[in-house]
Amino acid sequence: MDRMKQNLHQASKASYQDYFGKSISLFCASLVGMLVVAILYFVMTRGLATFTQNHISLRSFLLGQTWNPTQIGANGQPEVGALPMIVTSLAVTLLAALLATPFAVGVALFVTEIAPRRGGQLLQPMIELLVGIPSVVYGFIGLSALVPLMRHLFGGTGFGILTGTLVLFVMVLPTITSLASDSLRAVPLDYHSAALALGATRWQMLYKVVLRAALPGILTAVIFGMARAFGEALAVQMVIGNAVLMPKGWLTPTSTLTSQLTTGIGNTTLGTLPNNVLWSLALILLVMSLFFNSLVRFIGRRGRMQK
Amino acid sequence: MTAIMTSTDVHLAYGAKEALHGFDLSFKQHEISALIGPSGCGKSTYLRCLNRMNDLLPDVTITGTFKLGAQDIYAAKVDVVTLRQRVGMVFQQPNPFPFSVYENVAFGLNVVGHYAKADLDQRVETSLKQAAVWDEVKDHLTENARTFSGGQQQRICLARVLAAQPEVILLDEPTSALDPISSAKIEQTLLTLKANYSIIIVTHNLQQAARISDQTAFFLNGQLVENTPTQQIFIKPQQKTTSDYLNGKFG
Repeated sequence: MDRMKQNLHQASKASYQDYFGKSISLFCASLVGMLVVAILYFVMTRGLATFTQNHISLRSFLLGQTWNPTQIGANGQPEVGALPMIVTSLAVTLLAALLATPFAVGVALFVTEIAPRRGGQLLQPMIELLVGIPSVVYGFIGLSALVPLMRHLFGGTGFGILTGTLVLFVMVLPTITSLASDSLRAVPLDYHSAALALGATRWQMLYKVVLRAALPGILTAVIFGMARAFGEALAVQMVIGNAVLMPKGWLTPTSTLTSQLTTGIGNTTLGTLPNNVLWSLALILLVMSLFFNSLVRFIGRRGRMQK
Repeated sequence: MTAIMTSTDVHLAYGAKEALHGFDLSFKQHEISALIGPSGCGKSTYLRCLNRMNDLLPDVTITGTFKLGAQDIYAAKVDVVTLRQRVGMVFQQPNPFPFSVYENVAFGLNVVGHYAKADLDQRVETSLKQAAVWDEVKDHLTENARTFSGGQQQRICLARVLAAQPEVILLDEPTSALDPISSAKIEQTLLTLKANYSIIIVTHNLQQAARISDQTAFFLNGQLVENTPTQQIFIKPQQKTTSDYLNGKFG
């Protein structure tokens, strides 16, 4: 009879806990959301100050080739052309991805399909170890081993796009490999047996079915690798030469957006033009990473539709 | 009628555990043969011996002889790839590739060699018609095969096998994941295919075996209990265990 008298409007302990849990996760989620908005706002206001307060034209910033923020140039404006850095950043990113992708897909195929046992036991931990090495170590190895080697092989200083690309290649290889392995592993075993039962050889199965079914995932892996390469600062800074000049060959000292940021940020005063333009460089990086992210989402959505 | 596939003294072991305990079984050309029996009796395992799909599993030992026509399919020099083109297989779960219907059906052909576009088109159409799914997919050939219903997917898989023009088609419980209407369509298709192909089907559905097969083999615990013309086995089985199983006393 007691139960009959129980008021249905009274909140039970369980629903109170439910409410409590919901509030905690909502709080955490909104905190993260606020952080993102704050970062966007901060970088935007600083980065746009170059154009609003210092009246630099967007065109001369994006297309100018001379970088000299502390001196007034011929047109009466400080020269802050970021094109050399944009070109170098894009060049090392694309070249590193281009170089790393075949290797990464090869290793991923080996680990998942060709020798899953040996590969899983030996190669997988090695690859994961590569991801964990701090970027300064890569940069240091690049500086002390690769730069002299390049100087010896090709002459010049040994600093430049080629050395930067090689260091980034090693750095993005594990990223692309492990993500590509995941997407290969996600290909249902059904497809394997279907292909083999139709008289496909193992290679035909891998090439015509497995790789193709995993393609959206592999593209995502490559883009994540590119995002990492584009945003990498320290290791690149140590081997790129750090002269804001248009790259004239594989091995002429130049600068990426990130390396210029890390080099310059400590040497400028907040609120002045030289500082503001660095924020503008950061804004370009932010826009690019948003672009990479939306590309990943786009490919992911198309991939899901296929399955 | 001549036997298309014969097997004698079949033993199969997973590691140290023997799953098939030695029996002889053969299948006649242009007939539908059904393999029935409770779960785990070895009928699917046996079926996968016939196109050497068990080779893909680690630690499997198979002894005995398996012949396609007069040729030993486990002989040292046999090309497994050619064998599987002649002995096609449809699986329990519909497993079309996540490509277009056309590419799915053309897959088996592209694996073998290069065909002119017109030949490919022709073969794809013929196969889809044979698998009784042409009318439903003819306007959607470029669409992803996995967007179709389960029954349609299974018939696309059947068409994919037919395109390679095998002699024998193995079906491993092809309708167990499908609704009754789709199952009926597949059964109809198999009955018409019998004229040109030899069909071996594993099924859990006794009515299905009764409806479509000419010969029924009853498996129990890795043994072949009996292999009798279907018309007889359901009315007057030779063994008591068969009768018990068919009457639902176990399984």
